[in-house]
Amino acid sequence: MNEFIEFLSQPWPWYIAGPLLALVMLLLIYFGNTFGVSSNFRTMCSIGGAGKKIPFFDFNWKSQVWNLVFILGAFLGGLVTTMFLMPDTAVGISETTKSELISYGIQNPGEQMLPSQIFNLESLFTVQGLIMIIGGGFLVGFGTRYAGGCTSGHAITGLSNLQLPSLIAVIGFFIGGLLITNLVMPYLLAV
Amino acid sequence: MKYLKYLVLGILFGIILTKSEVISWFRIYEMFRFQSFHMYGVIGSTVLIGMLGLQWIKRKNIHSIYGQPIQIADKKMSVSRYLIGGTIFGLGWALTGACPGPMFVLLGNGFVVILVAIAAALVGTYVYGALRHKLPH
Repeated sequence: MNEFIEFLSQPWPWYIAGPLLALVMLLLIYFGNTFGVSSNFRTMCSIGGAGKKIPFFDFNWKSQVWNLVFILGAFLGGLVTTMFLMPDTAVGISETTKSELISYGIQNPGEQMLPSQIFNLESLFTVQGLIMIIGGGFLVGFGTRYAGGCTSGHAITGLSNLQLPSLIAVIGFFIGGLLITNLVMPYLLAV
Repeated sequence: MKYLKYLVLGILFGIILTKSEVISWFRIYEMFRFQSFHMYGVIGSTVLIGMLGLQWIKRKNIHSIYGQPIQIADKKMSVSRYLIGGTIFGLGWALTGACPGPMFVLLGNGFVVILVAIAAALVGTYVYGALRHKLPH
């Protein structure tokens, strides 16, 4: 058992993670649902009463309870991993990425999952915190619903199901992501 | 009881995303800088296996656990909706370093500040719902 835990505690390579994620997607389909995490934002708005004013949120959210349970599980999965399966919190990013981020003023890149100097409650109202956490979160919520899905719904389920709309959405994901990371981030991180 | 299987799958999802570092802001940055194969390997192998699995489900006419035929609705064709919406999402993905799934997993990993990103995403979804009829789809 201890050896098994030790085995699980190593970082997982892409060829383990990818097939397991496909399994999660296929099992959800076998259960009669479709994989799509961002729909939960709409469900939460609906539970909060947004359907009274806006018809988009006026739907039977009870049909989406399974999806809320799924993200509760995702939260617990993160908790279990950090408590028992994560002896080393370092992220195995490339040396090129590390030295590049150091040149932009990021301290100890890859030491934790997030750049902790920006992602903390005290930095929330700095330029970086406002743009990256609050602005970024807003764009994620707005964009996913506009595009009708996020990485799970379009990039994983939609592409697996050979849907052209999903390919267009994923191209959009990369246009947006490449713009920010390559053109904006060097200035934003150096503020 | 019928929800237990979703809880178990969600836990598995959270463990996979943490152990493969997909929830890391640094991994997303590295991906958009083409400095590592890791994220492309994760997404690519998921889609490849997913594609084979879905083809198999369709060919064999597999029924769901409740005995219903499995149908995955085709997405309605549009270019503007997916391209504009997708690009907006991409901007947010690169800024927060997290798409919706990883946000909940990061919270479980103890990064409380991500609650603010989730709250902002809820506001974003609400604003989309309010402006929906004015946007090109």
